Amino acid sequence: MLKVSSVTRIFGQKAAVDNVSFEIDRAAFVGVIGRSGAGKSTLLRMMNRLTDASSGEISFEGRNVLTLQGAAKRAWQGQCAMIFQQFNLVPRMDVASNVLHGLLNQRSTFATMFNLWSDADITRAMQILDRLGIAEQAPKRAEALSGGQQQRVAIARALMQDPKVILADEPIASLDPMNAQVVMDALRRIHEEDGRMVIANLHTLDTARRYCDRVIGMRDGRVVFDGTPDQLTTGVARDIYGADASFNESATSTAITGPRDAAYADAMLA
Amino acid sequence: MVDITFGPPPGDRPDLTNPTAAYIHQTRRKRLYGFILLILFVALIASGFQVAEDRNAGGFLSGLHQIGAFPSEVISEAWRNRANLPALVIQHFPSLIETVNIAAAATLLGGLLGAFLALGSTRHLARFPALTPLFRRTADIMRAIPEIVIALVLIFILGGGPVPAVLAIAFHTAGALGKLFSESAENADLKPVEGLTSTGATWSQQIWLGIIPQVAPNWLSYALLRFEINIRASAILGFVGSGGIGYDLKLAMQWGGGKYDQVVAIFALLFCTIVLVDQLSGYARNRLVKGH
Repeated sequence: MLKVSSVTRIFGQKAAVDNVSFEIDRAAFVGVIGRSGAGKSTLLRMMNRLTDASSGEISFEGRNVLTLQGAAKRAWQGQCAMIFQQFNLVPRMDVASNVLHGLLNQRSTFATMFNLWSDADITRAMQILDRLGIAEQAPKRAEALSGGQQQRVAIARALMQDPKVILADEPIASLDPMNAQVVMDALRRIHEEDGRMVIANLHTLDTARRYCDRVIGMRDGRVVFDGTPDQLTTGVARDIYGADASFNESATSTAITGPRDAAYADAMLA
Repeated sequence: MVDITFGPPPGDRPDLTNPTAAYIHQTRRKRLYGFILLILFVALIASGFQVAEDRNAGGFLSGLHQIGAFPSEVISEAWRNRANLPALVIQHFPSLIETVNIAAAATLLGGLLGAFLALGSTRHLARFPALTPLFRRTADIMRAIPEIVIALVLIFILGGGPVPAVLAIAFHTAGALGKLFSESAENADLKPVEGLTSTGATWSQQIWLGIIPQVAPNWLSYALLRFEINIRASAILGFVGSGGIGYDLKLAMQWGGGKYDQVVAIFALLFCTIVLVDQLSGYARNRLVKGH
């Protein structure tokens, strides 16, 4: 379905993504983990064609998307929705308009300028917002919402695109643990109910373990791990993050469950 | 009366319990307002055009076909005498230098004064917040007076030459740049200033280290844009007797045909100068922003 072969991206002298290859044969929920600067974002941005690849090929359903240009490239971007860490909504426009932006690929600039959305489109946007539990926020400005709500608006915009693939670049990195869970649950539900492929860059291992069908670990631009969440042991995580034996993922874990009693707190503070 | 008390009948009101219907209602209303505004805009433009057309000596449409008459006359005459052009460019080059010099000196003086006005009139940054209106009004007045008016007064007092031109342009530039500088300083991030304040820095140290490095690329690009504008202004001031390439242009143009080859040479010089300044300003700005 999606095949990434020898994709490389060079910035200046440094390869941000270095000869990456993998294949996803069904609409899975794939997590990409790795420390900052490992090339996770660049990889996703290349899939969406926000960044051009230096070499290699990404083919989706047999078609190389890296060579698309002009309208064909924009049509691909319409099918492959992107969710960003900082939401990237238009802050001064209302929530429903932001969701309707998911249709921009099918609309002319003229219709966009005069806000000519059909009632059917608006109804669909409101249904999507309702599905994500934020329909009552529709007339508010996007900037007036909390981070978790804004990220759900961004997911709604992605769903409005009716995409085959959803790319999520650190979707929960700037959210508190509660909102992070709401957003991840939403992504998982979309994957299960609609059968869309989701590829998410994640920065917490427990999230990757809990939500993903498959985890790809990157380090210095290369794929160093590719397997199921069960195979993602602490030892493997140390390799991915290039950490030594002192690495303890529970030290920075945001999972709400876990050994959070007084004794644990004392141990951590000691 | 009943309508005033209870509003319109329920059917005309958006149903607030149904967000989709409410949003569609809101969108329709916005679209209607937008449409009405568009019609008003088009009507105003059309009627304004009509008023201007009636007061005009000629007519817009009846005169439209003559739009190319003067340029084609100038260019065809210059083309006939094209052999003279290289010599004319060399001949007028010293006046161009004088004009660019006037513009550069005026931009420098005006920019420095404008920086002071800007720092005095920016909210959150001013040393004496109570005086910000004074600084703002000063900048307003300075940019409200056209260069040519100041230049005419100064030429009357000081006599013709580059000095009144420099002063006149610098005066206007200080007002204009003061406004632009203060706008960009207002958008500067105040966190570095807070950090410096927390170390016990004085106001001038805070500005010098916290604000100036942030706004420098913007200020420089505004100043360079102003430099371009000032080259044109300085050329125009030549018409009223401050020397430079404007004076040559006036001599070449004022008696109609015969010297149009000079006009073309002078315009070519001015055009190349503006392009050069634009390229240099882009280069300088990149160096300042990216540091290489």
